[in-house]
Amino acid sequence: MAGGVAVKAKSGDGMRPSRPWVPWLLLMPGLLWLTVFFVIPLFDLGRTSLKNGGLSNFTNVFRNNSEVIGRTFVYALIVTVLAVLIGYPLAYFISMKAGRWKPVLLAGVVLPFFVTYLIRTLAWKILLFGGGPVAGVLRGLGLLSKDGEILNTHAAVIGALLYNFLPFMILPIFVSLDKVDRRLLEAAPDLYANGRATFRKVTLPLSMPGVFAGSLLTFIPACGDFINAELLGSDKQRMIGNLIEKNFLKEALRPQMSAISFVLMVLILVGVLIYARLLGTEELT
Amino acid sequence: MKKRSTFLGVWSAVVFAYMFTPILIVVLFSFNGSKTAAGAWSQGRYNYQWDKFSLDPWLNWNQYPDLTRAFVRSILIALVVVAISVVLGTMMSLALVKYDFKAKGIVNTLLVLPLTMPELVLGFSLLTLFASANIERGFVTIIIAHVMFCVSYITTTVKARIRGFDWGLEEAAADLGATPRRTFTRVTLPLIAPGIAAAALLTFALSLDDFIITYFNAGRVETFPVRIWNVRRSSIPPQLNVFGTLILLVCVALAVGGLFFQRRKLAALRI
Repeated sequence: MAGGVAVKAKSGDGMRPSRPWVPWLLLMPGLLWLTVFFVIPLFDLGRTSLKNGGLSNFTNVFRNNSEVIGRTFVYALIVTVLAVLIGYPLAYFISMKAGRWKPVLLAGVVLPFFVTYLIRTLAWKILLFGGGPVAGVLRGLGLLSKDGEILNTHAAVIGALLYNFLPFMILPIFVSLDKVDRRLLEAAPDLYANGRATFRKVTLPLSMPGVFAGSLLTFIPACGDFINAELLGSDKQRMIGNLIEKNFLKEALRPQMSAISFVLMVLILVGVLIYARLLGTEELT
Repeated sequence: MKKRSTFLGVWSAVVFAYMFTPILIVVLFSFNGSKTAAGAWSQGRYNYQWDKFSLDPWLNWNQYPDLTRAFVRSILIALVVVAISVVLGTMMSLALVKYDFKAKGIVNTLLVLPLTMPELVLGFSLLTLFASANIERGFVTIIIAHVMFCVSYITTTVKARIRGFDWGLEEAAADLGATPRRTFTRVTLPLIAPGIAAAALLTFALSLDDFIITYFNAGRVETFPVRIWNVRRSSIPPQLNVFGTLILLVCVALAVGGLFFQRRKLAALRI
């Protein structure tokens, strides 16, 4: 803004500032905040994970909690796969078939975000508890025994996780489908491709960046969640998040808890960096 | 072709039903009145079983002062967080959109990373920092934590909205003798204001809703979600749904209002 006369560089990439420190001046407060409260804590996490025992913290925490850790990744994986299968057709419908209803349906996809996370997860408890509507219907159909339970099962926790993170899958897929050049879809039948072949050879490959972005944005928060497992599950559904939540105030266990979240961070960092390398950071935001 | 459209339509309707049912439940159960005494909810009761339709929870919205206080506290925190992160985020997005400079890619990656980290890692790592620096957790640490992830949201949202603007207008203003300050308030700010407003709304909602990061860094301070978490085993009164419904209504109103405002502005521009 105070940049004065500036020379236009390559179009679209912004101009070269007349004084090179101008952009850095604008960036500094934000960068400082991110460095002190995001980057440094991650190093601190690494440092804490090596306290009182060094690398043995890692081996101990993994040996003692292998079941919880394994379950977390299995849950997150199931949620991600289901979200693609459920979300893709919906994103396709909104992008290709909804016509003038497109903005309304998109608003519908983000509507759950307007209800406090904890409250909408508690709503699942109302729906699923023993005397609730879902249990009643299932019993009526003979699919659930009289004292059978839906709460405290894998299905309850996975279903609620899926519910909470589904919009993160739908939105990026929608964005990449909406970017598909419609002329390509018109050209395909001219080249004797039927509907199925057009989808397989044109639409699907072009929407893959959205599927990848959506998968990351679903998998990652699902890995770190402890609210769904706590509210809708029992000890048999505990995830990494529950482990950390139960122990975060116990200072003696902090190195071990740091070790486990450090590993989670590294795994996800690697995934995101590979993604960014291959496809850029555009779709992730 | 026709069959496929029908299938897609039905599929979408079913998925939307899945996404809307809990929302309906939240709203419905804010009208759940107790058949017994008015204070029944406080006696370890959960608002799970439908009793009867009643306006009582709405009329007695302040029956649980701790819950109300937590709600107000959350709104105050969100306002402070929006104020700080809008300034920081807008400055960053201006720098990233207007200028071409070295290391832009690194800055962009640094901005995206907090959005891709699980909240669990963000919250817990910040806790280890505060713990090892012996900083007591409370109001200030909640705000610090919220601004940390909101800056990224604001920057990426504003960046997307102001890309492709004609920054030559600023030069034109300067050529016509406007001071830098006047150029900013009369040219730049009106151009970027709608983007900032949208980002501010998003940030407000994110801050109000955040639980995991807040929980690790709240100390004894109870935000609205933290309060809900803390009473989840003792009592869950319908007033909780009243506040939840209120948030939903305000968000919908603001979103619809924003859309309407934008439409009118676009229509006005066309004339």
